[in-house]
Amino acid sequence: MSVNIGVLGMQGDVAENIAATRAALGRAGIKGTVRQVKTPSEISKLDALILPGGESTMMGQMSLVNGAIKTIKDKIQKGMPVFGICAGLILLSKNAKDRIVGKMDQPLLELLDVRVERNAFGRQRDSFEAEITAQPIGIPKSRGVFIRAPSIEGIGKDVQTVSKFNEKVVAVKQGNILGVAFHPELTGDVSWHRYFVSMIKPQNNQKQQNQKPKQNNQKPKQQNSKPKPQNNKK
Amino acid sequence: MIPLSGDLPSAKGKRSERVGAFSTVRGTSTLKRGFAHMLKNGVVMDVTTVEQAQIAEEAGAVSVMVLDKLPSDVRKAGGVARTASIRVIQEIMDAVTIPVMAKCRIGHVYEARVLEETNVDMIDESEVLTPVDETHHIWKWDYTTPFVNGARSLAEALRRIEEGAAMIRTKGEPGTGNVAEAVTHIKKVNDELRLIKSVYDSGDHQDLVRIAREFKVSYDLVEQTARIGRLPVVNFAAGGIATPADAAYLMSLGCDGIFVGSGIFKAEDAKERARAIVLATTFWEDADKVKEAQRMIDERQSMLGLDVKNLELRMQERGSTA
Repeated sequence: MSVNIGVLGMQGDVAENIAATRAALGRAGIKGTVRQVKTPSEISKLDALILPGGESTMMGQMSLVNGAIKTIKDKIQKGMPVFGICAGLILLSKNAKDRIVGKMDQPLLELLDVRVERNAFGRQRDSFEAEITAQPIGIPKSRGVFIRAPSIEGIGKDVQTVSKFNEKVVAVKQGNILGVAFHPELTGDVSWHRYFVSMIKPQNNQKQQNQKPKQNNQKPKQQNSKPKPQNNKK
Repeated sequence: MIPLSGDLPSAKGKRSERVGAFSTVRGTSTLKRGFAHMLKNGVVMDVTTVEQAQIAEEAGAVSVMVLDKLPSDVRKAGGVARTASIRVIQEIMDAVTIPVMAKCRIGHVYEARVLEETNVDMIDESEVLTPVDETHHIWKWDYTTPFVNGARSLAEALRRIEEGAAMIRTKGEPGTGNVAEAVTHIKKVNDELRLIKSVYDSGDHQDLVRIAREFKVSYDLVEQTARIGRLPVVNFAAGGIATPADAAYLMSLGCDGIFVGSGIFKAEDAKERARAIVLATTFWEDADKVKEAQRMIDERQSMLGLDVKNLELRMQERGSTA
């Protein structure tokens, strides 16, 4: 199979996410294309979507202007895996408010059952790097790059906490939605993107015993091991 | 791809701290340059008041730059142009959710310190203000807050990066409403990048050393830049941008994003123009969408603009020899 992955290209660190996703596909041994997408017709053809880092107000408004927001919402509701990073996490959330300014009138997808606090760790001078862990999805160690990062609060019952920094939730998963407050695409470590591509269900491979999401606790250590069995058999 | 490496080992702006059970570090190159990466494909708008900042945010700006006067008013007023009132900067920081930048004078180490303590998200060491030190720019590695600097050639850009700038923009000729100089500067940088890339590809290291000496920067930085064939930090267009078509043209020349100074709030249709410039920057590859953006503005309401040839004050020349 070949997967078609898009990175929403209104604004932000699109190129970095394309590069990280391509590397992740390579590591996982999955064939696929990764490209920048802006229009509803480009988005409608995708198997998976990444909402990159940037400014959530701008991305939301531009996606509203060209109708992309509706297509994105439909696709996610139908099960398309989506990975929201920082601004992308904010866009996915049901509710977002700024730490200082409070509630903003900004377009959101309202799919991820959380309340996001924008700029929760402060302004740029307070941006930081720290080593974090995400055991629930099999990432024992990862460099977290937090840039004017949001934090996740008010977590709904279907939302799984994936990672925390100092008692603040910074990564969550809800079915086909993965959201992180930091920037794995800036680190050179593609384990988050690799986990995300493993969330893409093979379309034309019928016998899928291993499809339950819990089965995805693959050990990230096995670098040169065979790619995950369900994904390629050539 | 733009690398995020390039730390100076002795950078004083890096701060290590323990937060709960975590050891954290602030002010790294990844964080400073990474911040600029988040602005890519966006528009940063010059503002002087809270109202203007809110208009900018609603229009889809990725950041606002706070000034005391818009560049064209700086030009008219003459005298000494300094950093904006801290109270105004703070009011704007409390009113918008997007990042807030502010300008300090070239070489003015303490205006920069004051802006850092004010907690602005990025400092623009800017030729729009009156320089205090034409031979020493600020040593930006000493700050935790990232800096953006103007440049009109590759040599100038690399000198600023070597001093710790996390982002570069063209200088253009600020406050003129005339995009000609910004176009000249980005084309010059692009030409010079092509040249050093071809030297790198030919394997002629002696010539790269000669170029490094001519540029007055380290060989390592020239080599890294030549290898990737672009500036090793995000590079925006600035100086004289007044219309959606101006913005789209500069994006097509390879700029990573747009700064608009006087062009929006010196026009009579600021609100529509702000949105139109964002649209043209986002969808610059689609000429029809740029046309739609251009239709949102009225040329009769554009700022009048100045012919760059007859200027008494050429801001772009400030700090360019050092």
